[in-house]
Amino acid sequence: MQTPAPVDYARAHSVDEALELLERYGGEARLIAGGHSLIPMMRLRIAQPECVIDINDLTDLDYIRMVDTAGDSYLAIGAMTRHRTVLASPVIGEHYAILHDAERVIADPIVRNRGTVGGSLCQADPAEDLSAVLSALRADAVIVSANGSRTVSVRELDDGPYQTVLEDAEILTEVRIPIRPGAGSAYEKVERRTGDWAVAAVGAYVVLDGDTVRDVGIAMAALGVEHGCATEAEEYLRGRAFTADAVEEAARLAAAATNPSPDQRGPVTYKRHLADELTRRALRRAADRAQGRI
Amino acid sequence: MPDHDQSQRRAVQISVNGVEHTADVEPRQLLVHYLRNTLGLTGTHWGCDTSQCGTCVAWLDEEPVKTCTVLTVMADGHRVRTVEGLAQGATLDPVQEGFMAEHGLQCGFCTPGMMMTARHLLDHNPDPDEATIREAISGQICRCTGYENIVRAVRHAAGHPSQPSGASAADRDSEGASTVAGEPSQEVPA
Repeated sequence: MQTPAPVDYARAHSVDEALELLERYGGEARLIAGGHSLIPMMRLRIAQPECVIDINDLTDLDYIRMVDTAGDSYLAIGAMTRHRTVLASPVIGEHYAILHDAERVIADPIVRNRGTVGGSLCQADPAEDLSAVLSALRADAVIVSANGSRTVSVRELDDGPYQTVLEDAEILTEVRIPIRPGAGSAYEKVERRTGDWAVAAVGAYVVLDGDTVRDVGIAMAALGVEHGCATEAEEYLRGRAFTADAVEEAARLAAAATNPSPDQRGPVTYKRHLADELTRRALRRAADRAQGRI
Repeated sequence: MPDHDQSQRRAVQISVNGVEHTADVEPRQLLVHYLRNTLGLTGTHWGCDTSQCGTCVAWLDEEPVKTCTVLTVMADGHRVRTVEGLAQGATLDPVQEGFMAEHGLQCGFCTPGMMMTARHLLDHNPDPDEATIREAISGQICRCTGYENIVRAVRHAAGHPSQPSGASAADRDSEGASTVAGEPSQEVPA
């Protein structure tokens, strides 16, 4: 039986109250949302916070809404939005099929009832799916503190494995995903069994104008890439015609940038092979979606 | 460092199967252990301890959750429904009838969690196809049935949603009924 070390518990009823509690405990507190990463870590004593601050009552952070301001359209997802809500959202399916691709293979339906978007991002697991998805989409994260709020690209959110750029008394409250005409996206993941972490996964986002790639995002999970992004492949594709040869070269560049760890999920050569193949598949499916073929 | 006693217990009030319970619990206690050890509701089984196997599934408010990965204090003020809350008196839930009719269990260890997930699925989708059922239980492990009979059991329940099972349950021998109802004496030792 694995039991967490003794811990204190506080329940926050508002973002302000959660921030006050974080201030009070300094670096010794952890926010708990779905808890499906933190509680197992506490049982293994990898994490031994003095206090867990329960933010499950922050239902005002559970939302998916379109925001359309002058010249700036984006979809806002509250940090306490559960995975199941993302998966059930028609507006997300319409604009960001990549999110539904990924949510279908994140853990299992029971875990998705509890797990949250904000929790997934803040766990900053190198194999975590939503970080790759939202990096591919070039989403922003809104981070609040007692002093106000700041916006950080999801691409810059992690500060190494299991670390984020959030300060001790900051909370991620929202992610914002830009809406672009001509956009398509897809996520390709290989896992050993249902609900497992990725052996390798690639998310792709393309904005096409005819056959020309106006914008592109390629991000990878579990492949040992800094911030998960295949920046060389992105730079190669941007402005180029979306052809089979271009996809092949982009996939080659993406795979070459990986630095996967050999482990029980496979050796380096296998994971690099997956990076190449999954990049091709994700790019092709994203383009098909952008052009309305699927 | 804040001056607080880390081991101080917390008063919680949790409605379990419609009955209000109050207790003082350690914040580190997991909900599965509160249900089993404090309340004696051993129908909720305790398996892998890491939210993989799903035998500990019960409902928190309206959703099935893995109770090995919820702190008891997080359930304070909420409702929990366990496998003991499926039957209405002597009348078994159609899901329980289905598991009996289709031999949806062998050792019975995964059964409580499977049935709680099945009940939730059928509440939201009264006529799920096989793929939908398999998806719904994909976070739960059965090492006996190969899942075939579990899928059939859920389909059976879907086909007999509100059968007046009081009569048929009374006709059945009590041993078979108690296995499905998950009485403590039928529990597989952890």
